[in-house]
Amino acid sequence: MYVAVKGGERAIDAAHAWLAEERRGDLGIAALSVAQIRAQLTLAVNRVMAEGSLYDPDLAALAIKQARGDLIEAVFLIRAYRTTLPRFGASIPVDTARMAVIRRVSATFKDLPGGQILGPTFDYTHRLLDFALMAEGEAPLAQDEAGQNDTPPAHIPHVMEFLNRDDLIETEIPSDATPPDLTREPMELPTTRALRLQALARGDEGFVLSMAYSTQRGYGRTHAFVGELRIGMVAVQMNIPELGFAIDIGEVEVTECETVNQFKGSKTVPPQFTRGYGLIFGQSERKAISMSLCDRALRWRELGEDNIGAPAQDEEFVLMHADNVQATGFLEHIKLPHYVDFQSELELIRRLRTEAFAAREAAE
Amino acid sequence: MTPDALIGGFTDAPVQASHAFRAALNALSRPGQIETLHGASAPAPLSSAAATLAMTLFDVTTPVHLAGAHDTPALREWITFHTGAPLVDAGAASFAIGTWAALHPIQRFAIGLPDYPDRAATLIVEMPSLAGKGARLTGPGIETEAFLSLPETAAFQANRALFPLGFDCFFTAGDQVAGLPRSTHVEDI
Amino acid sequence: MTNPPEPTDRAAWMGQLARAKPERLRALFPVLPPYEVLRPAEIGTVMVQGRAGGTGAPFNLGEVTVTRCALRLTTGEVGHGHVQGRDKDHATRAAVLDALLQTNQSSALRAAVLAPLAADEAAHRTARAAKAAATKVEFFTLVRGEDK
Repeated sequence: MYVAVKGGERAIDAAHAWLAEERRGDLGIAALSVAQIRAQLTLAVNRVMAEGSLYDPDLAALAIKQARGDLIEAVFLIRAYRTTLPRFGASIPVDTARMAVIRRVSATFKDLPGGQILGPTFDYTHRLLDFALMAEGEAPLAQDEAGQNDTPPAHIPHVMEFLNRDDLIETEIPSDATPPDLTREPMELPTTRALRLQALARGDEGFVLSMAYSTQRGYGRTHAFVGELRIGMVAVQMNIPELGFAIDIGEVEVTECETVNQFKGSKTVPPQFTRGYGLIFGQSERKAISMSLCDRALRWRELGEDNIGAPAQDEEFVLMHADNVQATGFLEHIKLPHYVDFQSELELIRRLRTEAFAAREAAE
Repeated sequence: MTPDALIGGFTDAPVQASHAFRAALNALSRPGQIETLHGASAPAPLSSAAATLAMTLFDVTTPVHLAGAHDTPALREWITFHTGAPLVDAGAASFAIGTWAALHPIQRFAIGLPDYPDRAATLIVEMPSLAGKGARLTGPGIETEAFLSLPETAAFQANRALFPLGFDCFFTAGDQVAGLPRSTHVEDI
Repeated sequence: MTNPPEPTDRAAWMGQLARAKPERLRALFPVLPPYEVLRPAEIGTVMVQGRAGGTGAPFNLGEVTVTRCALRLTTGEVGHGHVQGRDKDHATRAAVLDALLQTNQSSALRAAVLAPLAADEAAHRTARAAKAAATKVEFFTLVRGEDK
């Protein structure tokens, strides 16, 4: 017989106190400051901002510290904090053509106007552990090319626009429609591309990566090229009703990926390339490319393609399982007390066994 | 923007909004019970109770309709500056403010959908005064019976018949507020 | 009160004040004149939107923390501050400067506050652009067989 009991309060307090001590760790080692996490674990901070869906590097760094480096726990903390804030409104859509780029590469055009800029990338590193980082030493310095390009260009056109000019790729139809917001209204299926992009942008990086990888391996193949990948700062502008005009309220770093995908055509429209799109807070090209591939795979209906039953084509499957806070909440709740639930199962199985034994004895 | 539009908001929003939210919650969960609501003041003709409700319940995601004499430039600016709520036609409104006569015909307002009964309008009805006498109220939140000086009964009986759909009402006068949710039965006596 | 500023001019200085580092702004303009608070500094969020394909229909990317404030100087000018982050002092200082820039102190403040902020920003952008330029790939074609 299992009976639910009270009395865990003292144990919970003690567990929290121990958690705090473990978080701090060995007192012989200097404590990590939030500023250090923010400045030196930038990509972890970026991931927490992207999946927490709140751009605030200080808060993301604090969440990482509090969560002892568990990034999904940190995302959870950020999501919880966000619910305490009023929303003042929505920005004007960011203009990524006016991004101050630190990285910009294209896998489709070698000589693109504005050039290929590698930026601070892990690409071309040898993935050999750098033991110099273990030793204290001088801070490494970037090279710069003063004089060559001192005034950054205000506008760097997207590569896709060159294809678009010749009608070789589908045109994105600009609109000023208010997009749906899955944090305010329950998701209804089938959904729209705007809602899918929001869900993918805040989805778990690992999940979105796996879904994208599955399309490359043939489960909903859309054969993508990275038309352009760019990272940099974009201005965030907002209309202020009491002023009657828009102002810059700040700037955010984003990673943008545009893929060129296999074409479609019909009797009336000659074949054209199609697009996938990814936009992520912070520097995260793995996630941005993954988002692009998933976006493209999920567009099968509007592009008139066949649904071959691939997981990445199934928007219910992708959108309902992309969020790591939802997933963690439901998954981890099964470790919490289910004493009464389980007791009913236990009684049922005892009765079934008793009946089964009785039936066997009667038969003998 | 006129100077009047910029004054009259909460000075200590977390505390004032919490008190006001509690009063609004009490008013709706105890239909007919008159609560006091203060803390905000808006350009005429908005009562301080309605202004405080606006500061507490409105934001950029709650479209608001101003009916009749309440649709003034000064009040539009005040609501825009202090709450950010978009001002819309009656059919698209989450909240509507006006006298009972100005809110008519009330069939204009959203009553929710069978899947989402919460997507209904809340009417903030400005009254000359409020008193615990008049129509007899019974139903959820009322132990035996309550009385409230409603402007009429037929419209609220028709609204009750739509349950679980229907609009909800706050009645405001000066710094007083009373609530009438769609679940309350209303009778003439 | 002087003539109201052009919206584009005012939008430009409000943006400059919003993008400023809070500690730098405090150093450039440490002492605030008296003012009446119209909307106390409050922290909230703004939903940042992107566009599908960079140019298509808008979608919600995620929120950013923003602090805003509105106040009025004793001389009557109203100032607004809307700044990224959670620094109430930054929003208040930006609002005070927005109001003062509408007065006859405008040209002095442009020189003392806005010009140094613009110079900081330009220097930072130029430094980033120079590092980016150093990582720019200069393709060259190798000698090919068919060339003599």
